[in-house]
Amino acid sequence: MKSLHKVLLAAAMTLACGSAFAAEKLRIGTEGAYPPFNLIDASGKVVGFDLDIAHALCAKMEVECEVVTSDWDGIIPALNANKFDFIIASMSITDEREQAVDFTKPYYTNKLQFVAPKSSDFKTDKESLDGKVIGAQRATIAGTWLEENLGDVVEIKLYDTQENAYLDLASGRLDGVLADKFVQWEWLKSETGKDFEFKGEPVFDNDKIGIAVREGNDELRERLNAALDEIVADGTYKQINDKYFPFSIY
Amino acid sequence: MSWELLIKWLPDFLEGAWLTLQLVGVSVIAGLLFALPLGIARASRHPLVRALPYGYIFFFRGTPLLVQLFLVYYGLAQFEVIRQSFLWTYLRDPYWCAVITMTMHTAAYIAEILRGAIQSVPQGEVEAARALGMSRSQTLWHILLPRAARIGLPAYSNEVILMLKASALASTITLLELTGMARKVAARTYMYEEMFLVAGVIYLIIAFALMQGFKQLERWLRVDACQGR
Amino acid sequence: MIPDLHGFGAALLAGTWITIQLALASLALGLVLGLLGALAKTSPYPFFRWLGGTYSTIVRGVPELLWVLLIYFGTVNMVRVLGESLGIERLALSPFAAGTIALGLCFGAYATEVFRGALLAIPKGHREAGLALGLGKRRIFWRLILPQMWRIALPGLGNLFMILMKDTALVSVIGLEEVMRTSQIAVTASKEPFTFFLVAALIYLCLTIVAMTGMYFLERRAGRGFSRSAT
Repeated sequence: MKSLHKVLLAAAMTLACGSAFAAEKLRIGTEGAYPPFNLIDASGKVVGFDLDIAHALCAKMEVECEVVTSDWDGIIPALNANKFDFIIASMSITDEREQAVDFTKPYYTNKLQFVAPKSSDFKTDKESLDGKVIGAQRATIAGTWLEENLGDVVEIKLYDTQENAYLDLASGRLDGVLADKFVQWEWLKSETGKDFEFKGEPVFDNDKIGIAVREGNDELRERLNAALDEIVADGTYKQINDKYFPFSIY
Repeated sequence: MSWELLIKWLPDFLEGAWLTLQLVGVSVIAGLLFALPLGIARASRHPLVRALPYGYIFFFRGTPLLVQLFLVYYGLAQFEVIRQSFLWTYLRDPYWCAVITMTMHTAAYIAEILRGAIQSVPQGEVEAARALGMSRSQTLWHILLPRAARIGLPAYSNEVILMLKASALASTITLLELTGMARKVAARTYMYEEMFLVAGVIYLIIAFALMQGFKQLERWLRVDACQGR
Repeated sequence: MIPDLHGFGAALLAGTWITIQLALASLALGLVLGLLGALAKTSPYPFFRWLGGTYSTIVRGVPELLWVLLIYFGTVNMVRVLGESLGIERLALSPFAAGTIALGLCFGAYATEVFRGALLAIPKGHREAGLALGLGKRRIFWRLILPQMWRIALPGLGNLFMILMKDTALVSVIGLEEVMRTSQIAVTASKEPFTFFLVAALIYLCLTIVAMTGMYFLERRAGRGFSRSAT
């Protein structure tokens, strides 16, 4: 029964450890299923554009940072529950979200654009989309945009992760996927994405991506803003940008 | 929670509940039909016939439904052959994937219930039927199965409730059944406690109604009277 | 026939370990809850009987997945307020803790019924014999009733544990990197869903076999002194 005690103890410790805090150690919340912005590699490390930016910001703020992953659905509740101090997970700044959290200045701008098979005659005007099956990730701006603008004509399928939506696009269950342009661009480069292409113009191009902090945490927000200005000014931002995209996304 | 919001989203919840009921209804009935041959084979006196369904039952009872669901929905799509075949007409639809997986899953459990029920029918009754000149299949259909059905009914009603709860997993393959709907609404409103509680209450109501229904059915079939062994 | 794991072998093993830890932690919590539930349900006080009955009815009527979601996402404010009142600044449930509570709660609700059945199966005479020997109520429970209950309840608890072990997969939905979540991560990298979900299935089958073997020996040990004809 000794091992049972240990397990109980471990469970109790896990409960308690959520409450441990150190002086200048910030915890970064991210998702880890949104390549190339944030993803988990085979060694279990979270990597990607968001993480590179986050680490650069931490270096400028001279704080130690630790990465915590959360699933997308619960990432805002988790921030408010103090599971981490800020979210850097390619999160769009929206009115709805701004009621729950505070955002920094945008650290990149996103566009939404459709992707569909090269062979398909896929047009992005409302009439041509009638009856099509479109996938998007649950609780994302693409999902909301679809519901608000095309909810009456297309069948919308919502996925727990972006990757699952691509699995279904590749298998032919979906006619198209609507998601952030950069995410789509990365997938189009991959082995499974080679038979697919962008369709039409971006349908939405005013999607500002920010870092979320708990409501009222102005101190951290200002420090992040200042650090962001610094990395843009000293070229660190451009370096990271070029590592991922052949075009500027700021 | 404000009643206004509840009323605003209630139609969505009811729509989700209706899909939940469909998934459960189809899978427990289809599962029962599929379980009949499995259960009969499992209760056979021949070791070889008995062994055949064992692997199937062992796999489906030994692995989580979530894994089975992902194997069917995302896994099968890995193979070009399947995507080219007529099967794809059904497998591309999450509804059918959920129904197929849930049916195969519950069939394994129902088969074991059936086996237990068949084996607890007193041997004397079977012998009596044979002595009266009934053939093997007549004995099976007129004596063994009706008796087993009454013995197994309480366990079957439990299985139906378990499948009601298991149907929540369909939300992971894009279906907007009750749990899927609650997750969608919660993600839009950020009201997680309230939306999940509403879904929980609806599940309780459905479970309660199902249990009452089975009680009536047991009374109608006089299950109690048949239990004297 | 060993499938190509694309370098995710070690991650899957680590996931398996998390799954085992989660199952055992939930088991420990569930056993306590189940025992308390059974005591409440057989208590002479109507209030406790009502409490025990309500607990097992409500928990058993709601999907396990919903409990996991509710406890992880739904208790955020409650836990924070609780933490603040205790003077802890950042109290929050980790996915592991939330999973343990949710699965322990569900296991406990079913275990309540198993323990209650076992409690009722112990002849009244045993308690009376204890009283006649001058044993206190507490000692009768710990030394006389509980060891006998254990033997009767064991097969039922074993079944519940098998179910619990498979239910741990649900905690992948809130991001705990157990077997299922690790497989999904591997699918993202490898684009081979069938391979990795099949590997996950095989891991669960192995765990089931180990648990079944363990149960066999536990039951044999608990059944010492009871010849087949006597039980």
